[in-house]
Amino acid sequence: MSKEYETVIGLEVHVELATKTKIFCGCSTAFGGAPNTHTCPVCTGMPGSLPVLNKQVVEYAAAVGIATGCTINRFCRFDRKNYFYPDNPQNYQISQLYLPICQNGGISIETPEGGKKTVGIHEIHMEEDAGKLVHDEWGEASLVDFNRSGVPLIEIVSEPDMRSAEEVIAYLEKLRLIIQYLGASDCKLNEGSMRADVNLSVREKGSSEFGTRTETKNLNSFKAIARAIANERERQIDIIESGEKVVQETRRWDDAKEYSYPMRSKEDAQDYRYFPEPDLVPVIISDEWFNEIKAKQPELRDEKMARYKEQYGLPDYDIDIITANKKLADIFEETVSLGSSPKKVSNWLMVETMYLLKEKGMEPDKVTFSPANLAKLIKLTDERVINGNVAKEVFEKIFDEDIDPEAYVKENGLMSVSDEGELRAVIEKVIAANPKSVEDINSGKLKAMGFLVGQTMKEMKGKADPASVNKILKELLGI
Amino acid sequence: MSLMSLTAVELGKKIKEKEVSVSEAADAALEGIKNAEGTINSYVTVLSEEDIKKRAKEVQEGIDAGIYAGPLAGVPVAIKDNMCTEGILTTCSSKILGNFVPTYTAEAVINLIKAGAVIIGKTNMDEFAMGSTTETSCYGATKNPWNTEHVPGGSSGGSCTAVAAEECSYALGSDTGGSIRQPSSFCGVTGIKPTYGTVSRYGLIAYGSSLDQIGPVAKDVSDCAAVLETIASYDPKDSTSVKRDDYDFTSALKDDVKGMRIGLPKEYFGEGLDEEVKAAIFKAVDVLKQKGAEVSEFDLGLVEYAIPAYYVIASAEASSNLARFDGVKYGYRCAEYNGLHNMLKRTRSEGFGPEVKRRIMLGSFVLSSGYYDAYYIKALKTKALIKKEFDKAFEDYDVIIAPASPSTAPKIGESLSDPIKMYLGDIYTISANLAGLPGITVPCGTDSKGLPIGLQMLGNCFAEKKIIRTAYAYEQSHEYARCGICK
Repeated sequence: MSKEYETVIGLEVHVELATKTKIFCGCSTAFGGAPNTHTCPVCTGMPGSLPVLNKQVVEYAAAVGIATGCTINRFCRFDRKNYFYPDNPQNYQISQLYLPICQNGGISIETPEGGKKTVGIHEIHMEEDAGKLVHDEWGEASLVDFNRSGVPLIEIVSEPDMRSAEEVIAYLEKLRLIIQYLGASDCKLNEGSMRADVNLSVREKGSSEFGTRTETKNLNSFKAIARAIANERERQIDIIESGEKVVQETRRWDDAKEYSYPMRSKEDAQDYRYFPEPDLVPVIISDEWFNEIKAKQPELRDEKMARYKEQYGLPDYDIDIITANKKLADIFEETVSLGSSPKKVSNWLMVETMYLLKEKGMEPDKVTFSPANLAKLIKLTDERVINGNVAKEVFEKIFDEDIDPEAYVKENGLMSVSDEGELRAVIEKVIAANPKSVEDINSGKLKAMGFLVGQTMKEMKGKADPASVNKILKELLGI
Repeated sequence: MSLMSLTAVELGKKIKEKEVSVSEAADAALEGIKNAEGTINSYVTVLSEEDIKKRAKEVQEGIDAGIYAGPLAGVPVAIKDNMCTEGILTTCSSKILGNFVPTYTAEAVINLIKAGAVIIGKTNMDEFAMGSTTETSCYGATKNPWNTEHVPGGSSGGSCTAVAAEECSYALGSDTGGSIRQPSSFCGVTGIKPTYGTVSRYGLIAYGSSLDQIGPVAKDVSDCAAVLETIASYDPKDSTSVKRDDYDFTSALKDDVKGMRIGLPKEYFGEGLDEEVKAAIFKAVDVLKQKGAEVSEFDLGLVEYAIPAYYVIASAEASSNLARFDGVKYGYRCAEYNGLHNMLKRTRSEGFGPEVKRRIMLGSFVLSSGYYDAYYIKALKTKALIKKEFDKAFEDYDVIIAPASPSTAPKIGESLSDPIKMYLGDIYTISANLAGLPGITVPCGTDSKGLPIGLQMLGNCFAEKKIIRTAYAYEQSHEYARCGICK
């Protein structure tokens, strides 16, 4: 019988901040420009150029630190990390080693067993991103695009507090939500605005010593992270079981082939010769600035969840779905503020919106409809101007094109018919055409009512007011 | 006599009064270059006559239209070749930047251009400002116009010889460990190293970022004050730039040192100092005493630690600052290579000279893991302590007087064979950079070989006006001495 092993995991998460300009110059951070169009002497490492810190980067980093319970170092500094690589124009990266902006925080996650645990955050530091190398397959050359050079990043280093892939994903999801709520980043793993490196070691269950860890890079989705963790755990256990030693090294995950290979080991690890960046002055966060940052801190998800329960009396299930994305929560709150019933708004978001997102393969962030149009739609149904089926049809239009439902219903003649005379004539016709159903009803099989309602709706091309139909039908059948 | 024998301010005045045209002034500079350049090699690049004429015409029109009203409008200037100038070759006297034409202009140079300066060319220097003799340039050594067998000092040697040999009216230099003050002293001209943060470093190709400052080189104190007033500015593009409220340096040009407290650090006048240099400085001190200054000697601590601390810090910063020269983006790339790493190695091996390599290696060593605390951190602590020593001294004194160098200019070839000796020659200038202090050197006579001797004055941070005033008062006691080459 083999021994039981425990996996010990810590994460280094890089998050690209949502600033409009780069960390040390005024160039745009926008995606998609032609190569080297978002550049200047600073972010291309021209001789004599000097960095100037973008204040917004400090504010976002501090906001993430505050939201994750970190101590904010009111005096922090940048350091140079020296290494030669052509995507890095100065051949050093401006980062923080000795005095990072945030330290000693943690966030609470739910464990797969249903309990809660805190994952410690060792530190959060600010740094610049590198450019991109493009390999020219025809010209036997590599080209470099510095558009990404100098895009601001924060690196969030956790403590080795996670024990399974589930915990890792719970931690990442929580972190992502916090940062999205702060508006500090969109945190997309697949687009690289959030990147996680996994530090993993295994040890015998019950042991208090850590095993030798490896760092796995190139993980572009939660699925890849889960697969890489399972794979690395097995790999290390195999090594230990065969009596050998795990080598401390950096490994690169290949998700298509589902295996990792070593990039570099500790023996040939680079000496980065870190030293304080002499071109930048220390960052001093005054009480005034700190309070400003704190005051700008938005309501985070946990607080929002509690408030929705308290203020709107929504069920936990609804709250969980609506607050899982800040965009949805924002739409919810705005729509409610326009006078719609919270539960009705919640239903539209939870059911129809989620359905359409899935159907169209969209992220909730991409939702573009305005709360005003949703509120109008809810009003149209409340006032029975349109029936539920028509409302769904109209909502899809709102979802796709953000149309004004009032105008749309009018233009397309979608108003429900509740005119007694018109409905009565149609229903009489339906009763006459379906004697079998009438018989069933008379013998107590009330289910057949539904069929008659359906037939009426069909005759009315879906525009009948269901309540009126029911009422007249009952009257005519004498029940 | 050439128009270049005038001071910059005198020439500027003549231009303003329409006695002299901007293009006549530029022609005089070109004439000076024709006369001396073949012998002394001040310049890496002299702009084409066509470009100079074009700029002269533009500036003349600006002056006539009243756009350029400052004292330096139309006056020809030379710029040290480590300041970026858009469209003009900027090499740092290094093969690795032998083909580098910047896309932008250094802030200090922009300030001059806005004041109507006419740039004549870019001056020779020690490669990447590393050296004290202007012999490490890949474009050959610059020679001292007082005696061409001697060095002009460095690293701003070309700027100082261009001024001394009347190949321009004034020049910009940079000073990381004495690179303005020491060659000014060797060439018999005046130079100021301002308080760290006074002149923007944006566009100055960095050697030791925490020590580098741009400053003026000219014939006299009045010129230096006028130039400093023009180039100094708060620049948001340089995070270490300081916002000052006293940029009116020319207001300190007063022949009055009554009650000025002058301190002479005993440690600066002991062993190793040439007797002739010492005598000349004491003679100058007597002049100031006679004018009413209160002079006394004092003990300045930690003097012996300045050189090691400086070479650790400057080299550490240099090793990182010079990493960007890799053949990838600009500058020299080796002709043949096999893959990326080979290209990097060969480019840097072929592109840098031996003194630069020595400092990159030294700097990489002191930053490497296991040595960082023992060398780099210790050097930073030493730097802080040296600053404290000066803070203490400036409680008692307004100005500290010191030699600029232990001796007058050595012979060409004498220094490079013994780098340690060359480093030790920086003893009197280096502390000002470590402590961020302003310093000025003014000529105070010649030695028996006929080589100029410089008198250095150091002030507290932001106390440029005190040293300018003291230097100006001293300067009134004698005439400016021209070197033989331009007579």
